[in-house]
Amino acid sequence: MLELIPPAIFMVVAAMLIGPARGHLRTVIVLAAPLVTLWFIWQVPNGVAYDVAFLDYRIEPLEGSEVRRLFATIFALMAFVGGLYAFRQAKWYELSAAYAYAAGAIGVSFAGDLITLFLYWELMALFSTVVVWCGGTPEARQAGIRYAIMHLLGGVILKVGIEGVVVHTGSIDIQPMLANNFDTWMMLAGILINAAAPPVSAWLADSYPTSSATGSVFLSAFTTKTAILALILLFPGEPVLIGIGLFMVMYGIIYALLENDIRRILAYSIVNQVGFMVCAVGIGTQMALNGAAAHAFAHIIYKALLFMSAGVVVYRTGMNRCTEVGGLFRTMPLTAICGIIGALAISGFPLTSGFTTKTMISQAAADESLFYVYMLLAAASAGVFLHAGIKFPWFVFFQRDSGLRPKDAPWNMGAAMVIFAVLCILLGVAPDLLYRFLPYPVDYEAYTPGKVLFYLQLLMFSGLAFFLLLPLMKRTETISLDTDWFWRVLLYRLGVRAYRFAAVAGGIVSAAVESSLSGIGTAARRHLGAGKQGTRPGVFARAWPIGVTALWIAVLLTGYVLIYYF
Amino acid sequence: MNEPQQQDHWLARPATIKLLWRMFIVALVMLVLAQAFIYVKGYFGVDGWFGFGAVFGFLSCLAMVLFAKALGYVLKRPEDYYERGGDDA
Repeated sequence: MLELIPPAIFMVVAAMLIGPARGHLRTVIVLAAPLVTLWFIWQVPNGVAYDVAFLDYRIEPLEGSEVRRLFATIFALMAFVGGLYAFRQAKWYELSAAYAYAAGAIGVSFAGDLITLFLYWELMALFSTVVVWCGGTPEARQAGIRYAIMHLLGGVILKVGIEGVVVHTGSIDIQPMLANNFDTWMMLAGILINAAAPPVSAWLADSYPTSSATGSVFLSAFTTKTAILALILLFPGEPVLIGIGLFMVMYGIIYALLENDIRRILAYSIVNQVGFMVCAVGIGTQMALNGAAAHAFAHIIYKALLFMSAGVVVYRTGMNRCTEVGGLFRTMPLTAICGIIGALAISGFPLTSGFTTKTMISQAAADESLFYVYMLLAAASAGVFLHAGIKFPWFVFFQRDSGLRPKDAPWNMGAAMVIFAVLCILLGVAPDLLYRFLPYPVDYEAYTPGKVLFYLQLLMFSGLAFFLLLPLMKRTETISLDTDWFWRVLLYRLGVRAYRFAAVAGGIVSAAVESSLSGIGTAARRHLGAGKQGTRPGVFARAWPIGVTALWIAVLLTGYVLIYYF
Repeated sequence: MNEPQQQDHWLARPATIKLLWRMFIVALVMLVLAQAFIYVKGYFGVDGWFGFGAVFGFLSCLAMVLFAKALGYVLKRPEDYYERGGDDA
């Protein structure tokens, strides 16, 4: 019986209880709910647990499989460590929204049909928007609105796709498909919007860095990785994803290189990392899908770790820019070390979780003889080290002495960072811990001397390139234009033009109406008005002699009789 | 705080940085030379060449930095760009 309870329910209940609960009770709820959820996640049996009648459909709220359980596990783990990181610093409504958001992600993981998937999908969109708003600044409010519009639009596109598939195939099942007609294209587009794929990648770097120091940790984990799970379930082997993934990989690197805001650098590198996974889903072999799932698992951990490290800096200094900070390693050794571990992991350094998972994707490309994909992924691995692996810790913790001497992380933030830092290394040293939970049997050896040497050469010479090219990478206090320019500036200006045009046109119309109205008034006064003293009254207001009236009646009657006869 | 002989953190001293650079260069040279003893499997031929990882890593980073730099001239705007409502508003 217990295994029939959708695990997401516990997170929803926790989200509702966080508000009314106070003090230690709230702490207990925040820390215990994800662990309870985790236990229930592992009780979910493989296959569809049961179905419920809804309208004409059979809804399947709970369907288990290896890959679903893997994603749900990391989402619950993320909620726990994120909760530990945030519970003393974040506002209760931010925690509550973050837990409802996590519930959405866990719900999507076990959704057995498209309708359930869509409901949890929208739950994520709603509460992630609230998390963005919890940044509390005017920028956060505006970015939150843009974020909400983008995700509600994505939801509508996904819904159009789902409706089409349901109407045309009669099935609401979640099953592998290819984007070969309008319905499936719409579904793919709806999912890709959440994955921050082009041409709308900008929403991610726009919104995440405006959230609070704790909020961005939650935001980094759920939305994009749920999209990866949806792609694994619905579009494995869809060739168009390879190109989209490679574009995202390069986009993330280039924009991160241009960026000055610490957390925006990390946000761009989410797009970059998700690009690896999208590309892997596009390759679609068992090795590639294993790689995508494993990489998503490892990525959530090290990306959250990086956002935690950046979050501590923001929390302690109140500063967001590379140009403002520097040299913080002196007083923040723990935050710096954890940040460096996260940075090494995202770069895929040997002995970290990035190496044991990302190389599976490269291996899958090599197995399929995809020369350009393999080479671009290798170049991107070097680029990741460049933009996130060195750039982030270098500019924040070293670079120059900014004179700032902030305190190190509060104990709960430090504990959360240590847990994830240990996991980054554990999964790098003992990858089998993760491999045995992957969707397909793993026939892959992570550590061969040749591979380690190849990647060490690649990464260390990227490091050399970084330090030699440092003068070219001087931080400037700028932002970089993105495709969101089209709706933030162009569309806005067109709107202003349209408004002005409407105002002018409206002016002409109302002037015409006014003049005709006043014409009617003048005519009425002339014909009906009693007139002022000393002037003749209007023609219908005069006192006419009886004779004139009788004459007119006689004329009218004559006219009537004549018409009657002929 | 105001002690004149206050030493900066050992990691930030010029001597340490010099030492780190030397160690780094030694490590780089050894990584390339190690390929004489360790077989790197090339899936496509070229990626098995001697020192390919080193050259490819360095050149792709160079290309990406230069490309980003060039793109920056086109795309970079002041931080208050959107508050002002665009370029010439």
